[in-house]
Amino acid sequence: MVKIAPAEITPEHVFLNRRQFMAAAGVTAGSLALAACSPATLSSTSAPAANAEPALTTALGAEKLPAALAFAQPTASTSQDELGDPLNQFQEITNYNNFYEFSTNKEAVASEAAGFNPYPWQVQVTGLVNNPLVLDLDDIYKRYTQEERIYRLRCVEAWSMVIPWVGFPISALLKDADPKSEAQYVKFVTVYRPDEMRGQRSSILKWPYQEGLRLDEAMHPLAILGTGMYGKPLTNQQGAPIRLVVPWKYGFKSIKSVVTIELTDSIPATTWNNAAPNEYGFYANVNPEVNHPRWSQASERRIGESGRRNTLMFNGYADEVASLYAGMDLSGNF
Amino acid sequence: MSGRIRSDGRSSPVGYLREHGFWWAVTLGALTPLAWLGWRAANGDLGVDPVNTINNLSGRTAMIVLLLSLACTPLNTIFGFRKALTVRKSLGLIALVYASLHLINFVGLDYGFDFGLIFQDAVLNKPYILAGSTALLLLIPLAITSTRGWMKRLGRNWKRLHRLVYAAGVLVVLHFLWQAKAAEREEPLIYAGVLALLLIVRIPSVRRWLVTHRTRLVGPKPPRVQTMQRAKPVKQSGD
Repeated sequence: MVKIAPAEITPEHVFLNRRQFMAAAGVTAGSLALAACSPATLSSTSAPAANAEPALTTALGAEKLPAALAFAQPTASTSQDELGDPLNQFQEITNYNNFYEFSTNKEAVASEAAGFNPYPWQVQVTGLVNNPLVLDLDDIYKRYTQEERIYRLRCVEAWSMVIPWVGFPISALLKDADPKSEAQYVKFVTVYRPDEMRGQRSSILKWPYQEGLRLDEAMHPLAILGTGMYGKPLTNQQGAPIRLVVPWKYGFKSIKSVVTIELTDSIPATTWNNAAPNEYGFYANVNPEVNHPRWSQASERRIGESGRRNTLMFNGYADEVASLYAGMDLSGNF
Repeated sequence: MSGRIRSDGRSSPVGYLREHGFWWAVTLGALTPLAWLGWRAANGDLGVDPVNTINNLSGRTAMIVLLLSLACTPLNTIFGFRKALTVRKSLGLIALVYASLHLINFVGLDYGFDFGLIFQDAVLNKPYILAGSTALLLLIPLAITSTRGWMKRLGRNWKRLHRLVYAAGVLVVLHFLWQAKAAEREEPLIYAGVLALLLIVRIPSVRRWLVTHRTRLVGPKPPRVQTMQRAKPVKQSGD
């Protein structure tokens, strides 16, 4: 990978994608600066939002969907990631999901999640903050520019995909909440709705699902809250309407359908670590040199390919994130 | 060949079905998942991750069919269901077919025949791979010697050799258990329980106790302790 100075925080590929994406969204070059700080308003002729999720259209009003989420058809600004690997198809990404709240069968999650209703939705930012927040989706779309991020997703089960997310850096939200000086960690909690999530009626995991990051990890510009994918709002099976995406960590860290973000001064308990502490660490950084107790993490299968490819350190984002872990024993802190 | 019990059953279709219907039903039943997989493959309907689909279906079926083959002997010795013996061989062979498909999928589609990577990635680091491949290796000599000719040639050693299937069963269950996540051990533990039961009822004292109690409960129907070795009568212990 190209060496990037730690200070230069937004990787070039993200920038480029964002620009191309805005162009694709029908925003003129002249309005780019404006688009970057306010939700783009689409004219009725170019508004494909009428075709968006009916429930969301009703809940928000079609005109309230930001441009980056308002495409009628799955749309991405590019066909590959910065390493030259093709994006996975919309159908693949939305029919192969680890979301135990609905099913442990990755290909059954989509249908099991069909009855989940994510609208309306509220996210609260709480804990050690000077400015606690309760935001609904409309607030989130208004406050934070939704932008495209092409990220690799590496599952701890040794498969991977390339996904064109739409979302915004979680750092923007955290800055608004203004963490207190003693805040060191960020805890995330998934919604608890056993009526709509049949997996939560079984005891395979301790519900609700919880994840956590160190505050500096959460503040990293690559860490985003995802609201969409392929230019459309997130599907239920992907963790609608808002989820975490931390591309240099194994997929289970990227918690879905988030309702609570809590700043804490101690390391938050996390669901998989709680279920099997020897198998799933708090950090869970993608690392080909640190084996899972039951298998090697040196290789992975890209969905849509046969055969294997080598797993990259920090999932290929080492230049951007390795400095977060300088001097740390990555094998002990797996 | 256990499926061909000689009798005048071949004289009429009804008689044939009465003799061999069970064998055909069980054998075709055990092959149904394979046909279904083939159908889905032919229609490009193996899901988002065909490697995973083939892996799960072939592995799970291999395990279930192997357990069924291990149920045949106790069904005869304890419940006197003699027809179970006729399907034991075909179930064993079909289990090997699924296990082979499972292995070919792993080596070919999953690892792209990259044997260096398989060795590094799988064999050195995944104990469950070792357990599974050892189980498959154990089944091969059993399949080869499953013919009447080999049965005659090996005599009492045939039975000794075929006790390897118990070891294969244990390894297969370990293979499934070791690859399962903490949250998903329920299914492999069910198979482990079934296997344990099938092995325990083979212990001579347990078997005798069960036979005694069964006859006391459902009336005197002496179990016919007999296996396939009709060609060379051997004192059977009903393994």
